[in-house]
Formats: sequence, C-alpha cells, structure tokens
Amino acid sequence: MDKDRNRVARSIDTAVLRDSQDEILKIEHVTMKFGGLIAVNDFSLSMKRGELVGLIGPNGAGKTTVFNVITGQYTPSDGRVLFDGDDITGLPPDIIVTRGIARTFQNVRLFNGLTVLDNVLVSYHSRIRSSFLEAVFRTKRHLEEEKAMRQNGIDLLRQVGLEHLANEEAGNLPYGQQRRLEIARALATSPKLLLLDEPAAGMNPEETRQLMKFIQDIRDKYALTILLIEHDMHVVMGICERIRVLDYGISIAEGSPVEIQHNQRVIQAYLGEEERAYA
Amino acid sequence: MDLSTFIQQLLNGISLGGLYALIAIGYTMVYGILRLINFAHGDVFMLATYFAYYLVGIYMLPWWLGITLAVLLAALVGMSIDRVAYRPLRNAPRISALITAVGVSFLLENGGIVVLGARPKGFPRPEIMGKVYTLAGASIIGVSVWVPVLTLLILAALLFIVYRTKIGAAMRAVSTDMETTRLMGVDIDRVISFTFALGSALAAAGGIMWAFKFPQINPLMGILPGWKAFTAAVVGGIGNIIGAMLGGLVIGIVEIMIVAFLPWLSGYKDAFVFIILIAFLLFKPTGFLGEPLKEKV
Repeated sequence: MDKDRNRVARSIDTAVLRDSQDEILKIEHVTMKFGGLIAVNDFSLSMKRGELVGLIGPNGAGKTTVFNVITGQYTPSDGRVLFDGDDITGLPPDIIVTRGIARTFQNVRLFNGLTVLDNVLVSYHSRIRSSFLEAVFRTKRHLEEEKAMRQNGIDLLRQVGLEHLANEEAGNLPYGQQRRLEIARALATSPKLLLLDEPAAGMNPEETRQLMKFIQDIRDKYALTILLIEHDMHVVMGICERIRVLDYGISIAEGSPVEIQHNQRVIQAYLGEEERAYA
Repeated sequence: MDLSTFIQQLLNGISLGGLYALIAIGYTMVYGILRLINFAHGDVFMLATYFAYYLVGIYMLPWWLGITLAVLLAALVGMSIDRVAYRPLRNAPRISALITAVGVSFLLENGGIVVLGARPKGFPRPEIMGKVYTLAGASIIGVSVWVPVLTLLILAALLFIVYRTKIGAAMRAVSTDMETTRLMGVDIDRVISFTFALGSALAAAGGIMWAFKFPQINPLMGILPGWKAFTAAVVGGIGNIIGAMLGGLVIGIVEIMIVAFLPWLSGYKDAFVFIILIAFLLFKPTGFLGEPLKEKV
C-alpha cells in the first residue's frame, strides 16, 4: 500500500515538473557554509525560460557563491538546484556545462596564451568525435570535423564582432573586447542559461552602453535565460526584468527595478542605516 | 682548442642535451598542469629501457615493434602512477602530492632492484646504431647521427600535438586555468592522463636512446638523468615546453664541454649541473622562459 502511494506521489511529482517546463532554473533552500562562515543562507530562486534576472547586493553578500553553486564549483551544504527539471546538485562542473549552464567571471579569466579562436574552440573539445590518433594522422574524418568546428567558431566570433581578431592572442585584447570574448566563449558551450558575473566591471560608459545592447541581442539571438550579477545600477535597472537583492547571504528583497529602487531595506543595506551613519 | 674539436663536442652536447630535453618535457608538462614535480618521472625512463630490454633482447621482437610496445607500456605506467598515486590527492595540499611523488620514485627504484635485479644488464643495440659512417674524413658512429635526428623528429611531433591539436589546446587551457577549463565542459582528468602518457612516452623514447648511447641498464639509472632533466626544466622555466627543450640543450652542452675542455674538473661534471640548479633557484627561479609568479586574487 505504502509503496503504491509513494509511486503515485512520485509520478505526480514528475508530472508537476513536466508541467512547469517554462521554469528553467529552480534553486531550493540552498545554504553554503565555509567552516563557520555562512556565505549563503536558505537561498531560493526560480527563473522562467527567457527571463533576465539581476542579482545584486553589497560586496561579500554571497552573489558569486550562488553562481559557484549553480555551476557545480561548490556543492551546497544544504538545499538543491534543479535545472530543466533535473536535480543537478553536486554534479561536477564539466557535466553541468553540458546540460546547458555557462558563466563568465568577475575578473576576466581567459586562456591568455591561446588565440581568440582557440579560446572559443576549447569548449568544442568535449564534443569532438574523432580520436587523438586520428588527429595525429590527419584522417579525413578528423580534418572535416576540425574544419566544421573552426567554421562554427568563426561564425560565433562574427556574431559578437570579434571575427577580425580570431588569430590574436587573447591576452593582447583591450579590456572591453576581453569581456566580450569571455561571453562568446561561454556561448560556445551552447548554454540555455547564462550566468554573467559583473560584466560591466571596469568598463567606461560607452563600453557599458554597448554591453547592455549586446546582452539583450544575444538573449534574443540564442534564446537565453540570463542571471546577472552587477554593481552598475545603470545596467541592472536598464536591462533586468526582475531583481533579487542579497545581503550577508540572505535574500532581503525581490521585485521590478522600480520596486527595488524604492525598497527601504535595500537602501539601508547599500547605504547603511541613516541614524547609525549620522550617529 | 681547435675548431673541429669544438664542433665535435658541441654536437655531442646537443645529442646528450636532446635526451635531457625529452625527459625534461615530462616534468615541465606535469608541473604546468598540476604544479607538481613528478619525481617518479626519471624512473619511468628507467622502466622503459627494461621494457625494451625484455621485449627485444629476451623475447626477440623486431626493434620497431619492441620499441613501440615499450613506449606504450611506459605511457601506461605514467598514467597509472597518476591514477593511483596523484589523483586521490588532487585536492590535498601540494606538499602531500610532492612527498607521494618521492615515495613513488623510491618504490619504483627499490621495487626495480627486487624484481629486475640490481646487476646491470647489457642493452642490445640495433645494427644501424652501431654502424660507422665516414663523413669528410671523420668517422662517426650511428648513435651519434641517429639519436639527435630522432630526438628532433620527436620534439617536432610534440610541438605539433601541443600547438596544433585539440587535445594540445586543452592541455594549454588546463595549464592556464584548470577551473575555467572544466567550466568549458572539458574532462580534466582525461587531459591530465593524456599529459602523463605523453610525458612518459617521451621519457621512454629518451631512455631507449640513452641505452643505445650507454648500453648498460640498471634500476637506479633513472635517478641522475632524471635530476639533470629536472634541472633543465628549471633552467628553461618550469611549465614552459620550449624552455625545457632549451634547458636540456644547455645542460647537455655544459656537461660535455666541462669534460672536454676542463678535463681536470671532469669528475665534478654532475656537481656543475647542480650548481646551475642552485644558482637558478636562487637568482632566477622562473628560468629563461618561465612566467613570473602571479599572486592569484
């Protein structure tokens, strides 16, 4: 009896998951502790397909930790992460990326010694069919596969406007283009969900303006869902549809840009409480 | 010192240095990726010569087949060492892996004495290596001709793999930033396994050619060439493959030149190599081509 009931319950559970397919990411009660430090406390978030959500908060609020949990770089102390209806908690990062989650970093982390094109091609590595021996002996299959990949890579670079720099070493690019390349490299893994960690950091106003347009473009072009960490409020308020605010690892607010701008707790978290500040 | 003697010694130096380079590359590639000095590397060099000795000398396989199998077996040994000894310690402090490497090295050396016997064995030599060529009045033995030629071919093949294939790009990506490479969907453990296999295969090729040059093998023969190749890797800038080649040549040439032109110091030729090591570690620890250490934020 009990067994049957369990089975029924489970099948209903699955049905619910299937029904809510437009929900691509669901983070449930995630807590991340490092020794005695609680970096993220009971964090939950769900994102619909195609949404562009901002994650903001003062320095050390735990935003990047949330990213590291989603990508599998950290295994959360508690809670779970569902992606496309599957539980991905605790899977290794190289598996999670193949499910369709890619990210960029707060401080650009490109493969500096590799060319712009090779940076993008690294992510095709796991998808290559032909063996190493075929590569050494330059078999037809390998050469064709390699050609197709290079073409894919070049196409992608064209989409992001870096095609003319394909053979340049990544480390030699100006900062704004390095940021752009990092996003292109993430796109090369064909993600459904893209995590951007402070993409506008260190950019001048003109670069920032271009970046905002770029993010909106790639979202439409690649049908992406985007979660964005950003300190530049101009960017966050300009492109995010929904904003979540973290402070000391705890979610303190969520809402539209306008709601967040007028939320008293958020203002306090960023500016400190007035009485205390003037005391 | 006349010119022709100098050139002759220079060629000897390049020939010996090429062999150091082949071993040094294994140290440097593993260090580039794992920040680990694989002290057991010199012992893989030794094992490869025993594989070739048994396959060709005892089981009478033809040379080409015996050498190929010996190189493949050595690659397998290298991968197994990583799998068994280093992979479980991937997240442990670096010093633990380093001490383990010393342990694996001792294990292979003393295990070798027990299993293979401490008495040196005479290594067979293919006909072509013993053939004497006459060139412009000077006679040269086959080893001195073919070892540098083969070394160059192998080094060229290595550069091709590292700079022109996908797995090579993955290796370079892993050595720049392992975590980010994982986030690109690359299976790091496979890349590391491949690195060990490739490094060990090069050491094996070096070891077999070493045995052509000095046709006597024993279970401790990997120690000194191993240390010198390690010195070569440091001199060239550890982590840098071109640097390892360069460092190998420098060490080989210095060693030969000391014996040739300062014969009263020839007893100290090994000491000179280690003086170079100490000097580099003191004054230029990043070697010729190594990148300065960056503090990670």
